[in-house]
Order: sequence, then structure tokens, then C-alpha cells
Amino acid sequence: MKPAPFDYAAPESVEETLALLAEYGADAKLLAGGQSLMPLLNMRLARPAVIIDLNRVAALDYVKAADGEVRIGALVRQRAAERSPVVAQHLPLVSDALQWVGHPQIRNRGTIGGSLAHADPSAELPAVAAALGATFVVAGSDGERTLASEDFFQGYLSTAIGATEVLTEVRFPAMAADQGWAFVEIARRHGDFALVGAAAVVHAADGRLRDVRLAFTGVGPTPVRIAEAEAALEGRALDDRVLADVARLVSDRLEPESDIQASAAYRKHVAGVLARRVLTAAVLRVRGRS
Amino acid sequence: MSKAAAPVSERAAAFTVNGKQVQVTVPARKTLADALREDLGLTGTHLGCEHGVCGACTILMDGQAVRSCLLLAVQADGHDLRTVEGLADGDRLHPIQEAFWEAHGLQCGFCTPGFLMTITEFLAENPKPTEDEIREAIAGNLCRCTGYVNIIKAVQIAAEKLSVPSTRPPAGD
Repeated sequence: MKPAPFDYAAPESVEETLALLAEYGADAKLLAGGQSLMPLLNMRLARPAVIIDLNRVAALDYVKAADGEVRIGALVRQRAAERSPVVAQHLPLVSDALQWVGHPQIRNRGTIGGSLAHADPSAELPAVAAALGATFVVAGSDGERTLASEDFFQGYLSTAIGATEVLTEVRFPAMAADQGWAFVEIARRHGDFALVGAAAVVHAADGRLRDVRLAFTGVGPTPVRIAEAEAALEGRALDDRVLADVARLVSDRLEPESDIQASAAYRKHVAGVLARRVLTAAVLRVRGRS
Repeated sequence: MSKAAAPVSERAAAFTVNGKQVQVTVPARKTLADALREDLGLTGTHLGCEHGVCGACTILMDGQAVRSCLLLAVQADGHDLRTVEGLADGDRLHPIQEAFWEAHGLQCGFCTPGFLMTITEFLAENPKPTEDEIREAIAGNLCRCTGYVNIIKAVQIAAEKLSVPSTRPPAGD
């Protein structure tokens, strides 16, 4: 349970990081909060030749609200984001969901960018990013590129970040005053990865749903949205029949895998139940705010 | 690229532990938990799972509870660490340690250092917690002996002790 030998570099800027990536690229791993990579190193499931430690790149540690967006630097600790007044005001879904991430000791080190770049299929933040329509800023030697959630998450533990690139920022559209939100997950124990988790964002100013976004974690290799379920809710008032229809649609459309923790059938059922819960809670929040 | 940024297999790290300035030169792959135990002789920090699940290796870094098995020793450079050895004042136990003693909050004691450090951060931030908040706060530390009931009692007793000025430990706690 000790990491295999590696060489270690601690760059202090994005430029230095990119220079190291250009030189060591595929042989290197970027280390952010280390709450996923360090276990992989300790168990020798990952044996990179070079570790590039991002923790001294102070320029990636910021939360800024401007122009209807909240920009979060990749190195912002999850605990700091959870407690950020800017995040609480403009991205209450992010504040809520972060409380489900691991434990305080994990969130004290774990970063926003690290969790998203690791792209664990049961993690909370990827589903939240999908629900909010976040965009991802990825830097490389040729400059920056910006990716939508649908393009960023590519598969199990895999993203569009190239071997010589680094995720520098996540941009979330600021939530509007008439938007409701909710995040709920089911896990064996609190702090464990979710068996199934669901995030909902809704507009419902006049009691009728608009622009519903519903994203799930733990039910596929990437965060999953079900366009059909979102479309079916457009213009509807949320009542028991609508909720039952959506729950059925969600359960039917998802194709989760079975594993040691839960069967596919259980995950499909739970996803439907969670869809009802997050939609109900999200709509109550709209009413609570108006 | 600055000279400091070139990859190396071994590196020096200077930091403070329990108020004392120390320096170690260690292989880059060495975890902070191992460096504390092997290079600095601070064996109060225990290692259970070594992959961030059990919480036995919890220490404070710049006042925040962290898993020392999920940090490299070289990452501690420039930081302020506190381990379980830094809680007691000579022979006088820290109020949280006293509370564990009084409430029988440990049996084998293996997990205790991690609990103590987690609770140190928790009570500093939340001096009057509810039972639910206590349960949530210690959820990241595993204990296989106590069933947690007496640990929860110990946190409640510790919160009371820390709220009485006369039993409050010296400044810095």
C-alpha cells in the first residue's frame, strides 16, 4: 500500500504546468486534491512516471461572479466552495450537492476541478454540472478551449481533457431568482459514493414548469440527462399524475449496470423515485422564494 | 520553466508540526502519514486503510482536518501541521482527550487519534453541536469497537468542557 516510485514536480503557474505536460504528457498525472488519485497511487492501480502537483498553482483558486456566470477555478477546495457566499447566492444547487461529497476531511482537500476531471460515474459534481449546463475551460499549449458538459464527459473516468492539457476553470450560468433546485442521493452510508443521485433545476414562476433540467449520477458511465422526461414536463403543473409519469419515464429510459452495490433494476427504480423527490423539492423552493 | 518545477524523485520539505519547525528529505512517493511516523517518530498518527476511508490518519493541516495518507510528505512544505501528540499539554490531557476518557469513548484506541483531530476541528467551528451534527461530523472516521455511542457522548462532554473558560486549553487551541 505504498505508491510506486515517481518523479514529482510542483509548478507554480499554469504556464509551468503546460510546459511539464508538453514534456511528460502521457507519462504524467496531474495531482489536485488527491482524494481519488492518492488512493489509486497507494494501491498501485495508477503508476505514473511523473506526478505534476497543481496545489501550488495559486492562480487557479478563485470564485468570481460576473456577467450572469460564476467562474470557479479548478483548484478551489470543495469545502471552500460549499462555504462560499458567492456560490450560495448564485449556485445553491452546487452548495447543496457538495454536502453529499465524501466527508469534511475529504472536502477540505478535494477540489472542484479534480472531481470533475476524475469524472467518477457516481460522483455528485458531474451530475450537477450537467444539470446546470456548466462549461469547462481546458488549457493546452495552443491556448484555451471551452467545452459543454455533454462534450466534456466522454465515458467511465474519462473526459475530453487531452494528455497535454489541464482543466483550469468551470463556468456555471448563475441561477435565476425564479429557479428552484434540489439534489438528493441514495448511498449505502452517508459519505459513500451514490448508488443513484439526482439533480433538478426548474423554472416555475407561474406554477407551470419551464426549462426543466434533470441529471442523474450512478446510472451510466457519464452523468445522464433524459431529454424526453425534461420535455414531457414543459408547461405542466407538477401534480401526482405528472410525477408518476416522469418517474416511469426515467425508470424506463435509464440503462444502468448492476454491480456489487446494487442491481440495475434497483437503480432504475430508485432513479424514478429520486426524480419525483427532486422535482417536488425544486418546485417547493421556487414557491418558497417567490 | 523555473528550476523548482523540474521533476525530482526526492525532495526536502520544511514545515511545522505541533509548533516545532522541522525538515525532512524524503522520496517524492512517501505519504505524509509515513513521514510523520517514520521520519519524525510521531507514531500517534495511525494508518488503517491507507486509501482515505477509515480516517485513522486524520491530522490538522493549517487547522483543517485532512487524511495524511492522501497527502505526499513533500506537499506539506510550508504548512502548519498538528498531530495527536500536539493535543496534550505535558501530562495534562486536552479537554477532548479527557472527555474520551470519561465517556469511555475508546476501547482498543486505534482509531482514537483520528477521531480526536477530526473533533478538534469540528468543535472549533461548531462549539455547541447537536447530536445529529456530531454524528455527521464523525461519519468520516471508522471505529470497530465502540459502536460510536460513547464517542458521541465524549464529544458532548468535550463541548461542555471547552465552553467553560477555566478548562479551556492555552491560546492556540
